[in-house]
Amino acid sequence: MSQTTLAPRDQGAPDYTKYLHPLMAKNYGKWDYHERLRPGVLVHVGESGDKLYTVRAGSPRTMSADTVRKVCAIADKYCEGFLRFTSRSNIEFLVGKKENLDPLIQAVEKELGWPLGGTGPSVSNISHTQGWLHCNLPGSDAAGSVKALMDDLIEDFKNEQLPNRVHISSSCCQINCASHGDISIIVQHHHAPRINHKNMQICELPKVVAICPAAAIRPATINGMETVEVVEEKCMYCGACHGQCPSMEIRDAQTDTLSIWVGGKMSNARSAPTFMKLAVWGIPNNPPRWPEVSAAVKTILKAYKEGGKPWERLGEWIERIGWQRFFEKTGFPFTRYHIDDSPEALSTLNRSAMLRL
Amino acid sequence: MSAKEMALNTPMLNELESGDWPSFVTDLKAYSKKRPVVAQLLNQLEESYQTKWNYWQGKIINAPGYGGGIIARGSDKSDKYPGLANFHTVRVIEPPGWVYSTDALRDLADIAEKNGAGILQFHGMSGDVLLLGFDDAGSLQCAEDLMNNGWDIGGSGAAMRTLQCCVGQARCEMACYDTMKMTKHLTDTFIHYLHRPEFVYKFKFKLSGCPNDCANSIVRSDMPIIGTWRGAMQVDQKKVAEFIDQKGMEYLIDNVLTRCPTRCLSVRGKELVVDNSDCVRCMHCINVMHKALKPGKDRGATILVGGKRTLKIGDTMGAVLIPFIKLETDEDRDNFTDFVEKVWEFWNDNGMDHERIGEFIYRIGMLTFLKGVEIEPDPRMINRPRTTSYIKFEELGPSRFDGERQQNPPVWNRESEGRETM
Repeated sequence: MSQTTLAPRDQGAPDYTKYLHPLMAKNYGKWDYHERLRPGVLVHVGESGDKLYTVRAGSPRTMSADTVRKVCAIADKYCEGFLRFTSRSNIEFLVGKKENLDPLIQAVEKELGWPLGGTGPSVSNISHTQGWLHCNLPGSDAAGSVKALMDDLIEDFKNEQLPNRVHISSSCCQINCASHGDISIIVQHHHAPRINHKNMQICELPKVVAICPAAAIRPATINGMETVEVVEEKCMYCGACHGQCPSMEIRDAQTDTLSIWVGGKMSNARSAPTFMKLAVWGIPNNPPRWPEVSAAVKTILKAYKEGGKPWERLGEWIERIGWQRFFEKTGFPFTRYHIDDSPEALSTLNRSAMLRL
Repeated sequence: MSAKEMALNTPMLNELESGDWPSFVTDLKAYSKKRPVVAQLLNQLEESYQTKWNYWQGKIINAPGYGGGIIARGSDKSDKYPGLANFHTVRVIEPPGWVYSTDALRDLADIAEKNGAGILQFHGMSGDVLLLGFDDAGSLQCAEDLMNNGWDIGGSGAAMRTLQCCVGQARCEMACYDTMKMTKHLTDTFIHYLHRPEFVYKFKFKLSGCPNDCANSIVRSDMPIIGTWRGAMQVDQKKVAEFIDQKGMEYLIDNVLTRCPTRCLSVRGKELVVDNSDCVRCMHCINVMHKALKPGKDRGATILVGGKRTLKIGDTMGAVLIPFIKLETDEDRDNFTDFVEKVWEFWNDNGMDHERIGEFIYRIGMLTFLKGVEIEPDPRMINRPRTTSYIKFEELGPSRFDGERQQNPPVWNRESEGRETM
């Protein structure tokens, strides 16, 4: 092993100016407009008249060093050696010369096998978490379930045929690292944590007690051991304690399920940003291809495609037609669990006489 | 790391090799010929698929002088998969805006392959590049190699986390400030807080150049920084007329005018009339007519506070803290970092363990928070004034309290041990 001089060097963020495509550097802050030439292909036009083409493709996010090198070889050949990634793990090849566009697209589709798309009113790549591949908390997988779902949604990735863009996220526990989306998939637990009292010495008990959002955990002494106990009536199966203390196992391969949430939106366009809301629950966690998730997501997309007006995000469409009609159109049952009982619950009730009867 | 060859046995994962979306399984299977430990990783993942159970435990390892950035994992099944006994992730601070040269990407690939399993992810939900699969020594050597080549490792734990931003002015006509420069400025200024967790809990910045919020800052960061402008938006009436000629008047009415949340747009002939005093900078009309309309020229950002996902008090969106701030000059940026330090000091002095700043504000109330960070209240911070009438009007309290110590002093002037006042 080479010598280690490691000490806090605090070098900070890389110098991005070295990584800008020459046309990005030249037109920095001086872009005029952009157009979508076809799904997956954008052109940004500078005030100078310069044109920078972007070819957006779906990446698997997880890749081997060899695949990264393959990507680099393509970018060297057609992109002057510059590319970027988006917040949803799409790759964007940056092209300065128009004549490179077609051969680049050929290379991305044929050599890499990555589909073009994710621009405009399409389903973009899925924000996702680490799952069974490398997380310590997951109740499901992420990279695999995303691969299976994107296989099924690929026509909506490659084409711009939805009312507006659809952001999907997929998370493997209730911490929900992949966050809100127009459609979001989350693991749901169904009973209180099982406590391994013999192994509680690895946890800081005051922190375990404090982290419970439902105040359901309290100190206890069991067989002379300092540990905690959970008040089952209060516990809401969130698993916050499990993240704090591995000896409080919340997951259960037999009973964990998935739920699907809709209507999250971060953009301020038209309407203020919104959180996602519960659409359907009790979906089996069914590797390797999670067909029940695909079916439910496709049901939502079909109804949105049919009913949404141009530019309306999924949540905006539902707000316009009303949740009653959303459940009618998707065929998902409306259940008592759709009625919120969290601290924010009162603001979610219909406190008016305005109803569709 | 064991170089022991292990035959792949992945019938369920193999089902993820069909279909048109790129398959990480196909990629990693091929790569396992070069890096045998990847076969162990895939076999363990296969076992998870069979049993629906996870086999990773969290561990702790830090590069000397650093308090985070290496996400340590070890397998419960290291007897069966010895190469996974220590199989850590190293977070790497990404170039702002996720822009790369191929030289930079190859460098990351080489470092990942030389020291570990050679698996990379672009990018983690925190914005970092993730390099997967290092044992203890490999993790430290990876960190060393990264730093020798000008990279730095990312944040984890109760620290300022790695920042992320949209592509901004590098390739977007809508960006109202230089998100990349600001991201680098904040990262570099506060790099100590990123590498050495000393907050009550994590703190995330995300930076978007305009209210379209491509960095998803408003619900994914403790301090969203969202570009905006003051005064009139820019309208090119000639291009408005071209838009109408091309798309038709109906399209303009149905998809632009009536979609404006404050109805501040109207049309006279082929001229767009904008009541800028009512525009809330939602971006919709600019998104639809981006050749004809642009953000105004007096640009800056809105600073919000407290966005996070649901644990523990339910979701919180970022809430407006500074309606408008200029972020153009070094002085502007320094003023902002001074303000951030004030916010951190108030939060860390008064926040509870594991309390994100949004939860802290929920507990103490926004009016207390504003006083603590010395920000004047502004009607743009709220959707509506309060409806509850139970209020402690400090100015109107009976005079007999004059000179007496308040029974319940507000949190910002409560005495703490070892100091006279905060």
